[in-house]
Amino acid sequence: MEFILQPLTLLTFFPLLGVLVLLFIPGDKKNILRWTALVTTLITFGISIWVLTLFNASNPDLQLTAQYDWITVAGWNIQYHLGIDGLSILLVLLTTFLTPISILSTWTAVEERVKDFMLFFLLLELGMMGVFLAQDLFLFYIFWEFTLVPMYFLIGIWGGPRRIYAAVKFFLYTMAGSILMLLAILWLGVNQGTFSLPDLIAKGGIDPQTQLWLFIAFAAAFAIKVPMWPLHSWLPDAHVEAPTAGSVILAGVLLKMGTYGFLRFNLTLFPQAAVQAAPVMAVLAVIGIIYGAAVSYAQADIKKLVAYSSVSHLGFVMLGLFALNPQGVSGAILQMINHGLSTGALFLLVGMVYEQTHTREFKVYGGLWKVMPVFGSVFLVVALSSMGLPGLNGFVGEFTILLGAFGSTVLHSPWYASLAALGVILAAVYILYTFQKIFMGPEGSIVEEVKKHGHALRDLNAREIATVVPLLIFIFWIGLYPAPFFHLMAPAVDKLVAGLQTAALAMR
Amino acid sequence: MPPLNFSLILPLVTLTIWACLLLLLDLFIRSKDITALLAAVGLAVSLGMTISQIGSSGSGFNNMVVLDGFSIFVDALLLAAGLLGVALAHGYLKRTGIERGEYYTLLLFSISGMMLMAQAADLIIVFLALEMLSIPLYVLSAFARPRLESEEAGLKYFLLGAFSTGFVVYGIALVFGATGSTSLSAIVRAAASGSSNGLLLTIGSALILVGLGFKVAAVPFHMWTPDVYQGAPSSVTAFMAAGAKIAGFAALLRVFALAFPSLASNLTPVIAVLSALTMIVGNVIAIAQTNIKRLLAYSSIAHAGYILMAFVPYGQSNVVSTSVAAGLFYLVSYVLTNFGAWAVVIALERSEGRGLEISDYGGLGRKYPALAAAMTVFMLSLTGIPPTLGFVGKFYLFRAAIQGQFYLLAVIGVLTSLISAYYYLRVVVTMYMREGDPQTTSEPWLNITWGLAALLTVIVSLVPQYLFAWASAAVLKLF
Repeated sequence: MEFILQPLTLLTFFPLLGVLVLLFIPGDKKNILRWTALVTTLITFGISIWVLTLFNASNPDLQLTAQYDWITVAGWNIQYHLGIDGLSILLVLLTTFLTPISILSTWTAVEERVKDFMLFFLLLELGMMGVFLAQDLFLFYIFWEFTLVPMYFLIGIWGGPRRIYAAVKFFLYTMAGSILMLLAILWLGVNQGTFSLPDLIAKGGIDPQTQLWLFIAFAAAFAIKVPMWPLHSWLPDAHVEAPTAGSVILAGVLLKMGTYGFLRFNLTLFPQAAVQAAPVMAVLAVIGIIYGAAVSYAQADIKKLVAYSSVSHLGFVMLGLFALNPQGVSGAILQMINHGLSTGALFLLVGMVYEQTHTREFKVYGGLWKVMPVFGSVFLVVALSSMGLPGLNGFVGEFTILLGAFGSTVLHSPWYASLAALGVILAAVYILYTFQKIFMGPEGSIVEEVKKHGHALRDLNAREIATVVPLLIFIFWIGLYPAPFFHLMAPAVDKLVAGLQTAALAMR
Repeated sequence: MPPLNFSLILPLVTLTIWACLLLLLDLFIRSKDITALLAAVGLAVSLGMTISQIGSSGSGFNNMVVLDGFSIFVDALLLAAGLLGVALAHGYLKRTGIERGEYYTLLLFSISGMMLMAQAADLIIVFLALEMLSIPLYVLSAFARPRLESEEAGLKYFLLGAFSTGFVVYGIALVFGATGSTSLSAIVRAAASGSSNGLLLTIGSALILVGLGFKVAAVPFHMWTPDVYQGAPSSVTAFMAAGAKIAGFAALLRVFALAFPSLASNLTPVIAVLSALTMIVGNVIAIAQTNIKRLLAYSSIAHAGYILMAFVPYGQSNVVSTSVAAGLFYLVSYVLTNFGAWAVVIALERSEGRGLEISDYGGLGRKYPALAAAMTVFMLSLTGIPPTLGFVGKFYLFRAAIQGQFYLLAVIGVLTSLISAYYYLRVVVTMYMREGDPQTTSEPWLNITWGLAALLTVIVSLVPQYLFAWASAAVLKLF
């Protein structure tokens, strides 16, 4: 019992309980299946709030650790080791927060094979929690690879017309990166004698050349997941074909696994390599910011636009991380949350209108604000948040990141921040263009088209409002008063950056 | 003359005698169900004896056979594979109209040969065991006569098998010429004292490598595999893919790690290239397959490549125990997954060879969720995705390669795993994402096989420490 009642173990494996219950519910009882999944994820969210109350924000180290020997025979030194600190707590909360929202969004959207859908969704949540909490590389890798499987099924079974192509591409791309990380993990295990992350960090002492190789191997896995330009090509396909809830989780959480990976592993295990690689990573990040924004503008499909905008937004996160100073890193962490909220909300909203119209082509839309006023207003707020309007969450993150990039002693060039700021302007272009196309001007052909089928476009119903309101609350909260969020991560970020500074000094 | 110590080979002797008795008894048994049951009992009894041997070791019969942790591990694995082989065959033979009692007897004889291989400490015994395990397999491959493909498979396997045995014999002869002995321990002594002819020894051991390479289906000696695997009855293929590989690798591990470590500088690069080629060719050609039996055949070639990785570092004394253990562990994971996958194939196979195309798996996920879930587990395990045993096995293998500092080989290993993901996923895609109306057969023993294999594949991957511990205790001993 002691094992199960650890807060983090409970948090990670609670969805499994839901899976077991689901297995015994007949497949045609769709509403019972939905409620079971929703209640499971809500309780998981409750557990994460409990974890938050136990969390001591002034402690920079891992907390609430659950640590047991797992495989300790035959020269293996693998532990079951979960822990949480300021770097991961917000991401954990984001995950448990977005999962019930996503399930709520499937209420009428998923009618086929509801049981399987909910099973995979809960398994996905389990995998994601594990990724953010695992402190042993072997355990981490298991969770990391495991998240592939349910997501692959979610895209492949419930996705759009090219779902199989998108699902396989998603799987192979991601696996291509992670197997290189696997080799690096093995190298560490063999040469350092442990897979435990804190032990590996404490041990250190890997020569810079080897560090660089290991850094690259880990970065391969994470950069594909983020995705960083030029490894992003799986993302638009996966997003366009994924069902709404899948897109929300994909954008909201799965991509953060990549940026979190950089934060948790690349920056701590290979500090010298991180300092060395920072300019390259920052250049790639800036290219991603501008490229993503520019390509977004050219899309004819709303979902594809949001997908490419993710490439741009995550470029900001990467730039902040590799500024390697407190502003940059904490801005990056906050921006991960922001992107999860805003892009998650955008995908939800696109999904809501798609459910009624069955098309995402820009050209058939127009003048929708008159027809769906509530939807229009909500969309506007979310769009402005994604664009980085002051007073909403996106601004706080991007501003902090730019500040960090500007003042970075590792990058020491104002060009990164200046060019990245160009991305903010481009974001305004494609976001406003999107809003204008869908909501303003004369009524688009889709309004008539839907009427022909016997029912006019309706505005958001109570369930749909209930799905987006929680997101809106946080969009405003972070935008107006971000201090509590920064407060949660500050000590851990300072500790991380201090380690990097030592490494930077040692190299001079 | 030293006393004959039968306790060393008790499980082997028991099984052989049991097989002989079964051959006679079968004449009087009308229901072949009972023959199958008796065969299974024989295997179980032998397995029990093997397990009771754990911890003991020794050598006997003029140092021709040994009993050590390694042989006990391999014997247990072989007997378990035999049990699974009987479970798979029982309903299948009846359904396809080839139910004859000899099937089980041949299976038992073949397993006896494989067990002898695991215990061989003399090249003559290696040869004897090789013949003993192969000849029943040739017959079994042609068991579905008068089906042409089956006869073709049997003949092909026989011809190429005989050819490869020739290599082994010639290799043994050269080794004998070089060292004056066929006993593994005497060979080591001769090589160490420098009294052997190095060139002859190298050529001889290389020829043995070629011959055993045929048995385990390593590239470029793999040509027979797809045709034989496809043509032979599925239950035979399932057993052959597991059993012949176990025995072949047991022989390779024992002969090379014990007798030829001094040749490591010459042979390690050769084995590394063989391993890399096998992984690449097996996985790449598998992509183009549309028939599930051929797909699994190429997959089994590819897996031979992974296992070969285990003994690339066989000459490095600090790594060899890890890598032997990794090879054994991988064999267990392969055997379990392989039998599971073949059980699913058998469940879908209709008479006259229908139901064997991958496209026949369409709609399986919707119609038979449990069967499809099990097949998904096997495909993920063969790919090496956690949480499955295949992943843990690969993790262990790649660790051995990295420990031996064969980084390039490890990179090839993971990249070919990526390639393999493509074709294994195709099976999953078909089951869950394409429509179809698959027909399956539900037989109790078959269902138990795939159900149990799927459960074990997942569960053991989460608690692999016991199997790890056992595999690492299974060290090779030289007397």
